[in-house]
Amino acid sequence: MNDKIRLADLSETALLADAAPDIVRRRFLQSGAGLALAIYFAPLSADGVRPGKATAVAASNASSFAPNAFVRIDTDGTVTVIAKHLEMGQGTFTGLATLVAEELDADWSQVRVIGAPADAQRYGNAAFGGLQGTGGSTAMASAYEQMRQAGATARAMLVAAAAQQWQVPADRITVSDGLVHHVAAQRSAHFGELVALAAQQPLPQNVKLKDPAQFKLIGKQHLVRKDTPAKTDGSAQFTQDVQLPGMLVAVIAHPPRFGGSVARFDAAAAKAIPGVVDVVAVPGQRGVFQGGVAVLANNTWSAIRGRQVLTVDWDESQAWKIGSDALLAQYRALAQQPGQQAHSSGDQQQAFASAAKTIEAQYEVPFLAHAAMEPLNCVVKLGDGACEMWNGEQFQTVDQKNIAALLGLKPEQVTINQVYAGGSFGRRANPKSDYLLEAVALAQAAQKAGHSAPVKMVWTREDDMRGGYYRPLNVHALKAAIDAQGDVSAWWQRIVGQSIMRGGPMEMMIKDGVDPTSVEGAADLPYAMPSLHVELHSPELDVPVQWLRSVGHTHTAFSTEVFIDEIAAATAKDPYELRRNLLAQQPRHLAVLELAAAKAGWGKPLARGAAGERRGRGIAVHKSFESYVANVAEVTVKADGSIKVDRVVCAVDCGIAVNPDMVRAQMEGGIGYGLSIALHGAITLKDGAVEQSNFHDYLPLRMHEMPAVEVYIVASAEKPTGAGEPGTPVIAPALVNALYAATGQRLRSLPIDVAQLREVRAA
Amino acid sequence: MTTLNVNGKSLSIDVPDDTPLLWALRDGAGLTGTKFGCGIAQCGACTVHIDGKPVRSCVMPVTAAQGKAVTTIEGIAADPVGHAVQTAWRKLDVVQCGYCQSGQIMSATALLKAKRKPSDADIDLAMSGNVCRCATYVRIRAAIHAAAATLA
Repeated sequence: MNDKIRLADLSETALLADAAPDIVRRRFLQSGAGLALAIYFAPLSADGVRPGKATAVAASNASSFAPNAFVRIDTDGTVTVIAKHLEMGQGTFTGLATLVAEELDADWSQVRVIGAPADAQRYGNAAFGGLQGTGGSTAMASAYEQMRQAGATARAMLVAAAAQQWQVPADRITVSDGLVHHVAAQRSAHFGELVALAAQQPLPQNVKLKDPAQFKLIGKQHLVRKDTPAKTDGSAQFTQDVQLPGMLVAVIAHPPRFGGSVARFDAAAAKAIPGVVDVVAVPGQRGVFQGGVAVLANNTWSAIRGRQVLTVDWDESQAWKIGSDALLAQYRALAQQPGQQAHSSGDQQQAFASAAKTIEAQYEVPFLAHAAMEPLNCVVKLGDGACEMWNGEQFQTVDQKNIAALLGLKPEQVTINQVYAGGSFGRRANPKSDYLLEAVALAQAAQKAGHSAPVKMVWTREDDMRGGYYRPLNVHALKAAIDAQGDVSAWWQRIVGQSIMRGGPMEMMIKDGVDPTSVEGAADLPYAMPSLHVELHSPELDVPVQWLRSVGHTHTAFSTEVFIDEIAAATAKDPYELRRNLLAQQPRHLAVLELAAAKAGWGKPLARGAAGERRGRGIAVHKSFESYVANVAEVTVKADGSIKVDRVVCAVDCGIAVNPDMVRAQMEGGIGYGLSIALHGAITLKDGAVEQSNFHDYLPLRMHEMPAVEVYIVASAEKPTGAGEPGTPVIAPALVNALYAATGQRLRSLPIDVAQLREVRAA
Repeated sequence: MTTLNVNGKSLSIDVPDDTPLLWALRDGAGLTGTKFGCGIAQCGACTVHIDGKPVRSCVMPVTAAQGKAVTTIEGIAADPVGHAVQTAWRKLDVVQCGYCQSGQIMSATALLKAKRKPSDADIDLAMSGNVCRCATYVRIRAAIHAAAATLA
């Protein structure tokens, strides 16, 4: 045994899902890379391709070889990658597996992926300070070296095993496509044949990673997504699909307004529905989760039916009762008042005092629901000093802590089984663990009423739409000073929008009253400005808010990229050329901008539309999550004022594109998600109640609205950066700018109001 | 007790008569590939075939499916058109989160069964009832064309 490995405290094995009591846990600190790798021998067993089924086996089991927490190789040659990140569509399972397989020289077809259990020590995200979670488009960036190390370590131990078995020097052994060779000795072996011996090898120090020129998988070819087969035959397991013996399904009636609570309820009619087992009150936590009255049934439909006939009197004395119109009026008024300074450089006063021209505009965006295809849900099984959950789990460490606090447990007593998430767009990473706490409170209430069975809480689409945690409503006021030469001498911006960080575990990120997620993309405006000044108001409301795919960039990209277009128009400059000039010192912005413009044929006339149609082309560029994206959108405004986005040309620089095809997919999808926001997305409140409820009044983008999308990836040797989010925020400003080019009408609020385009442009 | 013919097999399902086919399949028959997305026939995640025609199972009472041939995503591979669609989906890596894709594949299969060489306008018409919040529409369209080519 390697003396660098020490036996660890056995109590730590409680962190493993279904840990066998005699498991031997060994860990060491890999000094070379400076990162702690928890090393196990066979801590995880194979039991199907579903995520969330990781279980432990005893160390004496020699049927597999697991040199670290991320890789296991079985005697049949199967390479299992244990994914520290949630697969919610962004392709992270495939990305993580690509990194491991590259350094392991595995054959892609022998690799499978399972979701990791909640255990920050092994599966923490370096980009989150070691908390386990998925978000901020950090997976490839934080895993790039870590997963390659994991693969390279396993490879080195397989090679050492072969060297021992064949009695040949290790440095003459090669590995390719899942086969270990020694040419001179004419020996070769599959990984599986070497498992038993590999498990006995000392852990290698300072394994050497490949030079990118040697890559066979990273950035090189189209690898079939690891989740594709199960997601095309119905076998993929989402939270909604979890079925446990005796499990009850619960549907909960929430208060109609945030801050409301249950006064009294009559369960008689609900209990008369066949299949309904009981009706229980679920206490909420103000500002965290709503609670309400839950109908427990032995199937989903009975629970839904039971809720339909439930009578609840709500106490609305503490309820939020303001509407969106009044809120918007308040925000507009705040936009006239000085706020907290987020950034200030240069001399604003002098620039505006000496300006030849001043340009002003105000932009408004509404609350947005994430509206993932899978409405929120969670399965909870309460035990003695334990809580086991099944969830499309995005924020393990925070959720464990919050759930443990509610139950009076230790975080490690909360076990979370990872299953696929049917989308999330950030919603399943709620810093207050809202829907998870509600599910746990519901299970507690059920237990008190004598029901100890596991409970699956199901939010219907209406619950999901009205359950809060929206992208905040925002008003941005902007002003630019133009000097006598027609150049921008100052940029001033004031943002009004709720803070996402306030009141949660990330509150310490708020500095001097400025939540960085409120001003990201504005306070770091890339354009060369002699003076830049950005302020923020963060009103405190009872409407719960949360990050949504690309977070603050959803509104800052819109305001800044439409405003720069307004400056171009007001100074009679080409919007592309103006951006180019102001980005001269920003090579990566410039590269995507120029690539998108070139591929779109910027400057060449657009093909004319049919009679009565107006066509236009718009451009936008924005950096988020360390990646750079430019879009050129082509739009047709039809005679009736309706619009069709015909084509979007997208250029992206996300460093090394680990899986180029999935980067393309994320750009396509990000553009579609962003178009949904631009064309339709709005959650509005009337007297405090959310007006939308389902896809008939919160319209999603549909097939006929999707433009043709072309994606061009900038070749790069930089480390990988985000891909899941940066595609989203750029399309709305590109589209609004295209509509301006087509009609001369400048739209300044989202979603786009086509009524404003019906006016015929003056000749 | 309701008896249904699902994917060529006769199944006895113990659910109340007013239960939508969706929940009879999911909770009653354990066929969870058919998804719950909206409950009001607005998203298409619950699409199954009844006698070869696409229906939204979330608004169809289970009793209305009695005596008819129900096909779900779990059984679509047995249909040559369904198999071609699944193959094209895999080749083009259409899926992202995957939650809507059972419904997308069922709608696409129904389209190709009715029309072997659909135009983009045909695809718009047949597929606009199926929402994908990951917006995989570009690839869905390409995969339908690709499947059509293999069936030609």
